[in-house]
Amino acid sequence: MSLFRLHGVHLKHRKNTAEMAPKRIPIPEYVAIPMVMHIGAPANPTVKVGEYVKVGQLIGEAGGFVSSPVYSSVSGTVKKIEDTQSVGGAMIKTVIIESDGKQEICETIAPPKLESREDFVEAVKRSGIVGLGGAGFPTSVKLAADVSKIDAIVVNGAECEPYITSDTRTMIDDAALVAEGISLLMKYLEAERVVVGIEKNKPECIRSMREALAEVGGAEVKALPSIYPQGGEKVLVYHTLGRVIAEGELPLSQGVVVINCTTVAAIAKYIKTGMPLVEKCVTVDGSSVKEPMNVIAPIGTPIKALFDFCGGFSEEPRKILFGGPMMGVAAVSLDAPLTKQNNAVLALGEKEAVLPKSTACIRCGRCVSKCPLSLSPCDIAAAYKAGDAEKLEKLKVNLCMECGCCSYACPAKKNIVQTNKLAKIMLRDYQASKKEENK
Amino acid sequence: MNKNLIVSPSPHIRASVTSTRIMLDVIIALVPTLIASTVIFGFRSLAVTALCVAVCVASEWGFEKICKREVTIGDLSAVVTGMLLAFNLPAGIPLWQAAFGSIVAIVAVKQLFGGIGCNFANPAITARIVMLLSFSGTMAEFSVADAVSSATPLSLMGTEEMPTLLDLFLGNHAGSLGETCALTLLIGGVYLIARRIISWHTPVVYLATVALFTLVLGENPLYHLLSGGLILGAFFMATDYSTTPQTPWGKVIFGIGCGLITVIIRVFGSYPEGVSFAILLMNILTPYINNLTRRKPFGAIKKSKAPKKA
Repeated sequence: MSLFRLHGVHLKHRKNTAEMAPKRIPIPEYVAIPMVMHIGAPANPTVKVGEYVKVGQLIGEAGGFVSSPVYSSVSGTVKKIEDTQSVGGAMIKTVIIESDGKQEICETIAPPKLESREDFVEAVKRSGIVGLGGAGFPTSVKLAADVSKIDAIVVNGAECEPYITSDTRTMIDDAALVAEGISLLMKYLEAERVVVGIEKNKPECIRSMREALAEVGGAEVKALPSIYPQGGEKVLVYHTLGRVIAEGELPLSQGVVVINCTTVAAIAKYIKTGMPLVEKCVTVDGSSVKEPMNVIAPIGTPIKALFDFCGGFSEEPRKILFGGPMMGVAAVSLDAPLTKQNNAVLALGEKEAVLPKSTACIRCGRCVSKCPLSLSPCDIAAAYKAGDAEKLEKLKVNLCMECGCCSYACPAKKNIVQTNKLAKIMLRDYQASKKEENK
Repeated sequence: MNKNLIVSPSPHIRASVTSTRIMLDVIIALVPTLIASTVIFGFRSLAVTALCVAVCVASEWGFEKICKREVTIGDLSAVVTGMLLAFNLPAGIPLWQAAFGSIVAIVAVKQLFGGIGCNFANPAITARIVMLLSFSGTMAEFSVADAVSSATPLSLMGTEEMPTLLDLFLGNHAGSLGETCALTLLIGGVYLIARRIISWHTPVVYLATVALFTLVLGENPLYHLLSGGLILGAFFMATDYSTTPQTPWGKVIFGIGCGLITVIIRVFGSYPEGVSFAILLMNILTPYINNLTRRKPFGAIKKSKAPKKA
C-alpha cells in the first residue's frame, strides 16, 4: 500500500454523541427548502404558492446534468417561494411549506424498477441523493461514468472532523443498508473491489461494517489512523489504495469512485422504498448545546428547532456552524434551514467562538509540515501579499483543499486558509486573463 | 440575522500552541545552563544575562514605539535573544559592551528588517560577531570562577593543558558563559525536541558532520564536540525559525553546511572558534536552501508535462 503517510493534524475527537442512536424530532411548523443543496445548477421549483404537497412529492426539478431534484419533506401548503440567503451567503430560491403535521405520503412513491445500469443511474438521479459527507456533489453524476474505467470503489467512513458522528451512527445502525448499497454499486459499476475506510477511533463501526460485509465478496474494511483530514478525497484514496489523484483530475482518472457511507445507505434505502431524500440525520453538538445528540429531521427544518429539541442552549451561542469545526461554515442566523448535505450543526459558546488574535509569522514551518498535500502556505502567503500570481502558479495553491491544518497548527494564529482562498482567486483571475491574451 | 453571532472563515478551532509559549519553552530550556553558568563563573554571568535580556527587551520596546509599530515584547522573543547573546559572551565582559551588543542584535539585525520572522540573520550570533570584531580584547578574555584568566579548550587543543573530557562535559573550563556545560545544554536541547519546538535534524546532522569531518582530519572528535559553542549553537541557534530552513531536508543541508564550515574555521582558520561564522553564513544561504528543498505538492503536474490543450 502507500509507502508514506500524508501529513495532517491530531485533533481532539470530541465524538460526544457517538453512542447515541439518533432521535426523530417532531415535525416542525414549517420547512424552508432551498433549491440549491448540491454542487451544480439550481433546481427549478415545480410547485406554486398555495399548492398542497405531500411527503416525497417533487417540488424542484434538476436544472441540468450536474444538478439534483428536490422533494417536499412534509405534507402541507406551499406558503412562499422566495430568495433567501444561504449559509454560504448566496441568494437562493427557497420553497417554504407550512406543515399540516399529517405527514401524508405522496401516492406515486414506489420502489424503482431496475433492469439495467441506466435504470440504476436514473433511479439515483431521481432520488435526489447528493454527497452526504458535506460536499453535496450529485451522486448520479459520479455513477454515470464509463464503467470500463472503474475498478474500485472507496467508501468514505473516515469522519475525521471533530464532533460529527452521523456517519458513525449510519455504520452502526444501518450497516446492513450500507452493505446492500455496496452490493448495488459493485453490480452496476462492475467494480470488483470495494474498500471502506474508517478511522481507528471508531472500533464499533469497523466491527459492525466487517460483520455486515462478511458475505460481500471483494469488499473489505480498512482501519485508518485517526489523523485529520483522513476523509479528504485525495488523502483517502491514497491511504486506502495507494493511488495518487493528479492535479485537476477526478478520482475516476485512477479508476476510483469515492462515495460517503451515508450516501451509500441512502441509495440502498431509495432502491428498497422509493422514498427520495427528504430527511437527514445530523449531529447537534457544541459547547452551547445542553444535550448534544444525533437527530433525524426533515430537510428544510430551521436549525433553531434542532437546538430546541436538544434542550436549548446552556449559554448564548456565539457561533453557529454548518458542518465540523475544521471546514464548517459559520451561519448568520438560527433560521437557516437544514440541507441535504449537512451532517452536523454546532453551537459554540463564547470561549470557543472567539478566536485568538493573529500575530506576526515566526516562520516556524508548522503550516508546511502539517499540510497533507505538501504545499508551502507560508510562501503562498508571501506571494499573495506581493501580488505574484506566477509564483502562486508554481506553488500550486490551486491544489489547496482548505482542510485547515495550516491555520489550526499556526502558533501565530494566522488565517492561513483564508489567505489561500484569496490566493486561489488571484491565480484563477490571472490564468483567465492569460487565456484571454492568448486568444 | 443575529448580531451576536460571529462569522469567520474556517477552521473554527486552533491548536493551543502560541508564539509566546514557544519562546517560553526556549527560555525554560536555557535555564539549566544559566544555573550551571552561575555555578561555574559566579554571579557575574547572571548579571550579564539579566542585563542583555533587559536591554534587548527595552530596545525592542523603544524601537517599536519610535516606529509606531505594535509593541511585541509580550512574545518573549527579545528575552530569548538576550539570553542567547549573553550565553555567547565571556562572563567578564564590560557591561556597557554587553548592552551595546544587545542593541545591535535587536535594532540592527532584527527590527530594521521588520521584526520577528523577517530577519534573515540570527540576531544573537550576528551581534556576537560584531562584538568579536569591535572588542576583540575583552571578547577573548575568558576566566573561570577563580578569576584567573585562561585560554579556551579550542586554543589549547593539542597541548598538555587541555581539560579532561569530563571537565569539558560538565563545563568546568574557560569559555563563553553559556557554552561550556554540555550536560545542561543537552538537557535543554532534548527538552525542545521532546516538546516539538525544534526538530532533531539540524542539531544531530550538525554534530555528526563535525564528528565525522574532524575524524577524517585526524583530530579528536569528542574534544571538538564538547568544546566551544558547538552544542549551544547546534541546539539553540542553528534551529532559529526565521533564519534556518523549514523542511527536514533543508535542515539536513543546513546542518551539514554548518558542520563543514565550523571544522574548516577551527582547523584551518585563524580563529579558534567557528560556530558563529558557520551559522551566519548558512543563514545567508537559507532562502536558497528553502527554494531547493520545498516540498513537492501532492499530485502536482509540472507545466511542461501537462497535455497541451488545443
